[in-house]
Amino acid sequence: MKNNVWINIGFQAGALVLALLITTLLLVAAGAPPFQAYQSIVSGAFGSSNDVVSILISWSPLLLTTAGVLITFAAGLWNIGVEGQMVLGSIFATWMLRLLQDTSLPPALIILLGIIFGMIGGALWAGLAGALKTFGGVNEIFGGLGLNFVATALTIYLVFGPWKRPGVGSMSGTQPFDQKLWLPTVSNTGLSPWALVLSILVVVIVFFLLRGTYFGLRLKAVGKNMKAAFLLGVPTWQYSMFSFLLCGAFTGLAGAIQVTAVYHRLLPNISNGYGFLGLLVAMLINYQAVWVLPIAFFFAALNVGGIQLQIVYKMDSSFAGVLQDLLVLLVLLGQGARERFLRKA
Amino acid sequence: MNIELRHIHKHFGKVHANDDIVLNIPSGTIQGILGENGAGKSTLMKVLSGFIHPDSGEILLDGRQVVIRSPADAIRLGVGMLHQDPLDFPPMRVLDNFLLGRRGGIFPDRNAVAREIHDLAVQFDFSLDPEAYVDSLTVGERQQLEILRLLWLGARVLILDEPTTGISASQKDKLFATLRKLAAQGMTIIFVSHKLEDVEVLCHKVAVLTAGKLVGEASAPFKAKKLVEMMFGKEVSLEARHRLKAGAKVLELHDLAVEDIRLRLAGINLDIHAGEVIGVAGMEGSGQGPFIRACSGLIRPVNGKLLVHGHDLTGHSYHVFKRNGVSFMPASRMEEGLVPGLTLTEHFELAEETRGLFVDGEKGRKLAEERIQSFNIRGTPLSTVESLSGGNQQRALLALLRAPLSLILLEHPTRGLDIESTIYIWSKLKERCQQGTAIIFTSSDLEEILQYSDRVIVFFSGRVTPPLEVSSLTTAKLGELIGGMGWAKWTSGRANEK
Amino acid sequence: MDNILIGLAGVLVAAAPVLFAVIGETITERAGIINLSLNGTILLAAMGGFSVTYVTGNLLLGFLAGMLIGAIIAFIVAFGSITLHQSQVAVGFVLALAGRDLAYFLGVPYMNTPGPTLPTWPIPVLKDIPILGPLFFRLDAVTYISFIIIVLAWLWIFRTRPGLMLQGIGERPPAAFVRGANVNRLRYIYTVVGGAFVGLAGPAYTLNVKPGWMGTQTGLDGIGWIALAIVIFGGWNPLRAAFGAYLFALLEWLGLVLQPSLPGIPSQVLQVAPFPLMILTLLLVNIGDAEWVQRWLASMPEETRRVVARILRAMRASPPAALGIPFESE
Repeated sequence: MKNNVWINIGFQAGALVLALLITTLLLVAAGAPPFQAYQSIVSGAFGSSNDVVSILISWSPLLLTTAGVLITFAAGLWNIGVEGQMVLGSIFATWMLRLLQDTSLPPALIILLGIIFGMIGGALWAGLAGALKTFGGVNEIFGGLGLNFVATALTIYLVFGPWKRPGVGSMSGTQPFDQKLWLPTVSNTGLSPWALVLSILVVVIVFFLLRGTYFGLRLKAVGKNMKAAFLLGVPTWQYSMFSFLLCGAFTGLAGAIQVTAVYHRLLPNISNGYGFLGLLVAMLINYQAVWVLPIAFFFAALNVGGIQLQIVYKMDSSFAGVLQDLLVLLVLLGQGARERFLRKA
Repeated sequence: MNIELRHIHKHFGKVHANDDIVLNIPSGTIQGILGENGAGKSTLMKVLSGFIHPDSGEILLDGRQVVIRSPADAIRLGVGMLHQDPLDFPPMRVLDNFLLGRRGGIFPDRNAVAREIHDLAVQFDFSLDPEAYVDSLTVGERQQLEILRLLWLGARVLILDEPTTGISASQKDKLFATLRKLAAQGMTIIFVSHKLEDVEVLCHKVAVLTAGKLVGEASAPFKAKKLVEMMFGKEVSLEARHRLKAGAKVLELHDLAVEDIRLRLAGINLDIHAGEVIGVAGMEGSGQGPFIRACSGLIRPVNGKLLVHGHDLTGHSYHVFKRNGVSFMPASRMEEGLVPGLTLTEHFELAEETRGLFVDGEKGRKLAEERIQSFNIRGTPLSTVESLSGGNQQRALLALLRAPLSLILLEHPTRGLDIESTIYIWSKLKERCQQGTAIIFTSSDLEEILQYSDRVIVFFSGRVTPPLEVSSLTTAKLGELIGGMGWAKWTSGRANEK
Repeated sequence: MDNILIGLAGVLVAAAPVLFAVIGETITERAGIINLSLNGTILLAAMGGFSVTYVTGNLLLGFLAGMLIGAIIAFIVAFGSITLHQSQVAVGFVLALAGRDLAYFLGVPYMNTPGPTLPTWPIPVLKDIPILGPLFFRLDAVTYISFIIIVLAWLWIFRTRPGLMLQGIGERPPAAFVRGANVNRLRYIYTVVGGAFVGLAGPAYTLNVKPGWMGTQTGLDGIGWIALAIVIFGGWNPLRAAFGAYLFALLEWLGLVLQPSLPGIPSQVLQVAPFPLMILTLLLVNIGDAEWVQRWLASMPEETRRVVARILRAMRASPPAALGIPFESE
């Protein structure tokens, strides 16, 4: 039986239905009436303009991390270090801002430099993971994981040490920056149109990069068959390294935006799981860049709606995470089931 | 144990790998199995040792019909196989390798087993340290370990697949002495090899396989010429060939030495001229692989010099060679040559020297259509390469080569292809020669070597002949050289195997 | 002196969860499968074990529940990779996140409620030995078990016949297959068994080390990733892995103890020490194989080359050669 569009749709839909079924059961187990719970998620996500703004605020970093990992996935790499790369973006942005905040440079320039420096920070951290892999043979999964933890430790050290607030260091982060250094937001909500535009732009760039450029083509060759790519003339290890750097730059950008637009300071756990979430979105869309915008939006909406669930039914907001994880898991397993089904038939 | 193979058939898709094999091997015989690559020897041995099931036919051991479902089954029935690369566990100790898989209680008595290993080893004049790690042993010692283990498990049939590749001369002598001793004790030994001299010296009987069929048997003493004739078939009539005028030197090898895990090739000197075709003959594992890869810059030589168009490229990477007009086509199309998941168009786009950031879809498609047409590839520009048949994949690989090139190196360019594809591919290659491209190709098909080469070099056990004019070769002569005979006039001293 | 002993005994107890996870994953990886879901498994098992004990009042059931959760998640990893041919990394990674989210979501009703905890069972006679007594023999059942499984795991892998086969399927599945092993079935079994041990780590924490379920404040988030690091540091050997686990627990304890005297450095910094160690280990372990090292080696004079090659060789604590590589018996 050939690979039929309907069979594919069938398995995808099946995964979605199964995921909803399981989450319904979980809701029941947790003592919440399922249908009302789903309703409250939807109303929590789209009920008011505040909620939509929250979604957009979450959407931006998620777009960037997803776009970034699509590049490393194309190169055949499991860049689990994205969380750390985003954190380093925040750290470097904070660094630059702190450095220049008391100078007479125009604020817009300072912010710009902060953002650029953030991208450099993310790229450096990703480059470190890449170098460990290319020159040290350290699997990028464990290298990335280790560097994630080191990044977290670095943040905490800075927040409680050299960059601590006057007085005593606290988990709420460093001294917030003066308002002039805040990326302009929509009436003080934390949603920066700049951030949004930049993120969408990056997604579009990545889309065209992977689909329409020689770089993307060569990258894909490296990811699918490194030996053949080499014989075809592609400088393979350079492409691997570059994909790390590019992904790091984009995720660093996300970290820089978190500092300049949303939190206006460095705090622990500033990456908030966006790195890993980006990996999930990438897996769910089967690495097809064209789906990034809607699916990332969906995931961001779930996150925001989940908060409503917490308020109304006293559920933990990680319910959104449960739904997201189950979706990806079932789609993944469904892929395998579909291939087996096609082979047997 | 007596072995009877009755009418064994095995197909792999359209290929009839074993075609009605009938063979009797009495106890105590050392039975040689000769044949080219692809003749069906490994398939037959896999059937006998339980790795694959025959499509039809029977196997009788000591007169009883048996069904061998798995390798573990085989050893239970007394059939043990020693693979060319012994299936052992390198990071573990000799003692552990011995114990693994043998039935018994939860806590093995390590001391008792160590003693048993020692006693067995002494019988055959082997020296094995039970506490040594297997990855520190030589190939010969690993073989010894495996033989002892199979004996310990009660094997009464021992199948050895190309056992003398990669072992020292003294280890070979010891091995032969062991095999003779075992045969005298009633063990049945099956010795699969391409080395005529070894077969002559050791075996009581020989069976020759060609293209899946058992074409002949002989008993000692053997006539090498007869064996070669049975293996490689009749003479090939060569059509009149235009000898191209020797062009400029494209590749020069000065005292080149190449190393890989098993072999060391040394002292290779060769000059190749524009438009020339050099055929590289020899059984797999004789050294052609490392040689051809060293010539393309994929492997660094350990000694000597390599010049392309007079430029010293020794030690440079493949991409530098590529820039100098050298291209390599691997034998394993899907593992090394083509990218699964990418279309033909994408492959052509990748292979071209490109300018610019964006892929010109229109240009790419036109290029693909053009190449598909001129190489007669059965596929569309949007076909993914894994959906093409073997023959078409090979044509695609060929179509990916840039033009013009100084030197093309091909590994087994027509392996597994139908006649039509083979002829077509060679016609394309010959076109290149007329434009001045030199070609080096390896092949295990003697006809192909004799038909298309201008000069031939033959590899055997890490040794290589100087280039021989193809007009001076016959199938018989070539077969002899591949089997290790007739080398006396070039070499003194023993093989360069480690 | 007494205080130090009590502190160190506390380290032994605190190390037990990490130990279970590390030993369990060592077994799984020895068989050739990477179970990346540890972080999620431990959190879910911790919550699940606590909640079962809280509801039933029975400690044993809580521990069994934890083991069951670990086994089930490990089974999904095995199923996804062996039977459905999906990437072990992908399935394990998603499960790591899913387990964590599920733990937080389902654990809400049990948050911040006290529950039964494991009593200490001092061993008569042994408990009175000077120094060793207060250190080793005045602990609880689960910590005693953690000591025992280190030895059992080591014995199993290196001294029993089936243990040899375990090594075999992880090192070279085709060779194991030739010797009669049903490689994939064994891989399933060892993944599930390893997963059960990992699951044990959860309740070992929430019913003993730091009783109770406190949601995100429980302090277990990240332990699973650290355990994966320690497996590598331990060279896939239970003894060395146990050393790594105790080292980690010791560093954590030192971090807390030394905190007052080092006000500038928060405890979290010391806590991430396993990771640079792991990266360093991975680096040293693999560096011998890197191409540039090979070339550098080839350019050295013979004598130096032999010495350096020997050193590189000694450092190699290679993973099971077939780790993460699927096996098809065809």
